[in-house]
Amino acid sequence: MKLTVNGTSHEVDVEEDMPLLWVLRDELGYKGVKYGCGIAQCGACTVHLDGVATRSCQIPAGSAEGAEVLTIEGLGQPDALHALQAAWIEHQVAQCGYCQSGQIMQAADLLSQVADPTDQDIDDAMGGNLCRCGTYPRIRAAIRSAAQAMKEV
Amino acid sequence: MSRIGTIARRTFLVGSVAVVGGAAFGVYAARKPHPNPLQTGEGEAAITPYVRIDGGGVTLITPRADSGQGVYHVQAALIAEELDVDLDAIAIDPGPPAPAYWNTALGAEAAEFMVPAQGAMHNATEGVVTAAMKLMGLQITGGSTSVPDGFDKLRAAGASARETLKSAAAARSGVDVTLLETESGHVILPDGSRIAYPDLAPELAETPVVQDVPLRAPEDWRYIGKPMQRLDIVAKSTGTQTYGIDVEVEGMVHATVLLNPAQGGDLGDWDAAEALTMRGVTDIVPITGGLGIVADNTWRAFKAARAISAEWGAPDFPAEQEGHWAALEAAFTEEARDSRKRDDGDVEAALAEGEVIEAEYRAPYLAHAPLEPLSAIVRVNADSAEVWTGTQIPRFLQNNVARIAGIDAENVIVNAQMMGGSFGHRLEDEVVKHAAEIAVQMPGVPVKLTYSREEDMIHDYPRAIAMGRIRGRVSEGRVQALDLSIAQPSVMSSQMGRQGLSAPGPDSQIVAGAFEQPFALPHQRVTGYRATGLAPVSSWRSVGASSNGFFYNCALDELIHAAAADPLEERLRLVSDPLARAALEAVGEMSGWSGPTPEAGLGRGVALTRSFGVHCAQVVEVRDTEAGLRIARVWVAAEVGRIVDPVNFENLVQGGVIWGLGHAMNSEITYSGGVAQPDNFHDHAGMRIWQAPEIEVRGLENGDAVRGIGEPPVPPAAPALAGAIFAATGTRLREMPFNRSVTFA
Repeated sequence: MKLTVNGTSHEVDVEEDMPLLWVLRDELGYKGVKYGCGIAQCGACTVHLDGVATRSCQIPAGSAEGAEVLTIEGLGQPDALHALQAAWIEHQVAQCGYCQSGQIMQAADLLSQVADPTDQDIDDAMGGNLCRCGTYPRIRAAIRSAAQAMKEV
Repeated sequence: MSRIGTIARRTFLVGSVAVVGGAAFGVYAARKPHPNPLQTGEGEAAITPYVRIDGGGVTLITPRADSGQGVYHVQAALIAEELDVDLDAIAIDPGPPAPAYWNTALGAEAAEFMVPAQGAMHNATEGVVTAAMKLMGLQITGGSTSVPDGFDKLRAAGASARETLKSAAAARSGVDVTLLETESGHVILPDGSRIAYPDLAPELAETPVVQDVPLRAPEDWRYIGKPMQRLDIVAKSTGTQTYGIDVEVEGMVHATVLLNPAQGGDLGDWDAAEALTMRGVTDIVPITGGLGIVADNTWRAFKAARAISAEWGAPDFPAEQEGHWAALEAAFTEEARDSRKRDDGDVEAALAEGEVIEAEYRAPYLAHAPLEPLSAIVRVNADSAEVWTGTQIPRFLQNNVARIAGIDAENVIVNAQMMGGSFGHRLEDEVVKHAAEIAVQMPGVPVKLTYSREEDMIHDYPRAIAMGRIRGRVSEGRVQALDLSIAQPSVMSSQMGRQGLSAPGPDSQIVAGAFEQPFALPHQRVTGYRATGLAPVSSWRSVGASSNGFFYNCALDELIHAAAADPLEERLRLVSDPLARAALEAVGEMSGWSGPTPEAGLGRGVALTRSFGVHCAQVVEVRDTEAGLRIARVWVAAEVGRIVDPVNFENLVQGGVIWGLGHAMNSEITYSGGVAQPDNFHDHAGMRIWQAPEIEVRGLENGDAVRGIGEPPVPPAAPALAGAIFAATGTRLREMPFNRSVTFA
């Protein structure tokens, strides 16, 4: 089947029911997408599917065919940061960092819908993204900073 | 004969841990420096075990494992402080497992394993323990010891390397060494010309290392105490950080395990015929307690594991949860008494004088559940092996892989990886042993073993279950007497037993966080009881203090309430240590403390626990809303002697508070049919973002000793929350998790 990831088309030979997460990680090498729970309880595997934040552990590869998949690698790179990534660096959000790809992809979805989110908006949107290190205060601050920076552009 | 006297000859005591054969090297070996483990080739130099310089640049060796606490960065900053290199212009490398990287602080500060030393008696033990640690080369990350261990040692390594570089530059230039300066990775000559450190690599090989260099005064520090950008922060904000689970090795296969769901039980008959027909599945092999499933993709291995049927042996602990509580209740006996480390005044006489306040407290088993599931890659060849994994115990796993592969430990290469959290989970190495057991059946093939989240959670060695019983008395508005009895399994015995080490003598973790608290009650006694026959357990962020800090502070709260005193004021009256007093006063001031119930529906609780040498005080504020209890704000003050990086410090303290509060709110592991419940984050999440309070942090630097901050914020969080809930609702919670009794918004 054919999958489009970060604008690049890939031909993959996998079962229809293999979760997109494992196609991305094991078949295509997008290691920024993380496995945390496999049952949509942690959000570490969050990618955008046609612009919408989605748990890639729950999407069969077959149903992602024809869609635009965006991973953390496609959102921005160390030398070309997305505003959220720059804010994540400025606030030094990460401890272990394992959840942060998913956090940032979820936050990008939020900011695409609500340019100036309240704390309540942030808590509502980010509630499914678990951080076992407890960086939540910094996640909130970084999202507010990024929203501000994106408004000023 | 004393208990210690009965320990076999050639058994060396390390605190409560005995190492068979450990003393064979003698004291001389302990005093002699360990050899530098860094191998250098042509044009390379390794000045001390911590600094490697070659034509390509400067590499700092950071042997303490990074599970997210930022310790790679902190170690590099401590070396760079004296070496005069810019942190954005160096590489870091966790280095090989080697005796040179022994953890001094785990010996010196944790003579009784992670309980900081106090008093002359303890100091006498310290030297022995430190020597033993050195003999074993215990390269362990744990007990919040990385900063105490490295604070002087790493700066000294940087200073020694700097002066050696200057010596090499003096030899090359003919300029007297006293006229040379260093800056940003260069030696500066009097005429202003600069020699980059890597350019000196050829001379360095011939230059004697300059030893015993005086360290710089704090006013000259460039990095320590100032906000720094963590070395890993860009990678961790862009999805480009490689964790152990992301590593790929040429020719590797993907594997998972299907283990007896009951921890430690045997594998019986099994049938994998259907699984072997599934796409991508190549091998299914027996391993200890289960099966290894080998495939060409992680998910295919997971899927095949679910298609296997097997019969399983029973565990050697109670199948049902009630049996675990019953074992704790049965442990409060003279025969099971493990320690009485505190016995001030005359508790029995004081309790006989009037009404006795009694209560029983419970703390459950808890999973570590870092977000990165456990994984390891192992390749076994004829007489060597190589491992890629995130670990806090590289020397132990090196020995275990060597044993499984039937080769010498020095032929096992360990490539330490960044960890997606640990909280003590990676003080165990079952995943590495399982990977080695599969790999040894497929010589030459790198086997990447990934646990599913479910395998990870139900085969965790959890935080020890614990029960605390209090008896106390108050009079004239004051707390007079406290008798605290604690029953727990021995975490040290369980954990060290899995590494083939015995743990004779009392286990101070049974009472840590309770017996050494800085409160001078007229009559006070803390007794530990060792419960046996329970599930195997391991160190969970803050270890014994995570439960005992709850018991001790709640005991104080019950007595203070009975005395009609104020929870903060009475603690300040009783506190016996000036550092602890300062921490309590700080949270009082930060929170504007005006009592436990500043207004209707708003409750505040206060707690202070001394753990890992740190006095950490917290005030938690809870609002009783229609949707349930909401934790609104937390104020924290922690005394650590010296803060290396204030940004990372604040982040770790906030995270520790959230860890302590979240698990107290909603998490527990229970056993049913011998199997740990639950098996995923749907029912063991800890805190989520909508529950996270505002957390104001103040670091205190009044003390002389430098302390680590990874664990100390955890113990006071749960009791401060319990105090706040009592103040807001009148409900006294005596069992964690609290959502058994109350609803959180």
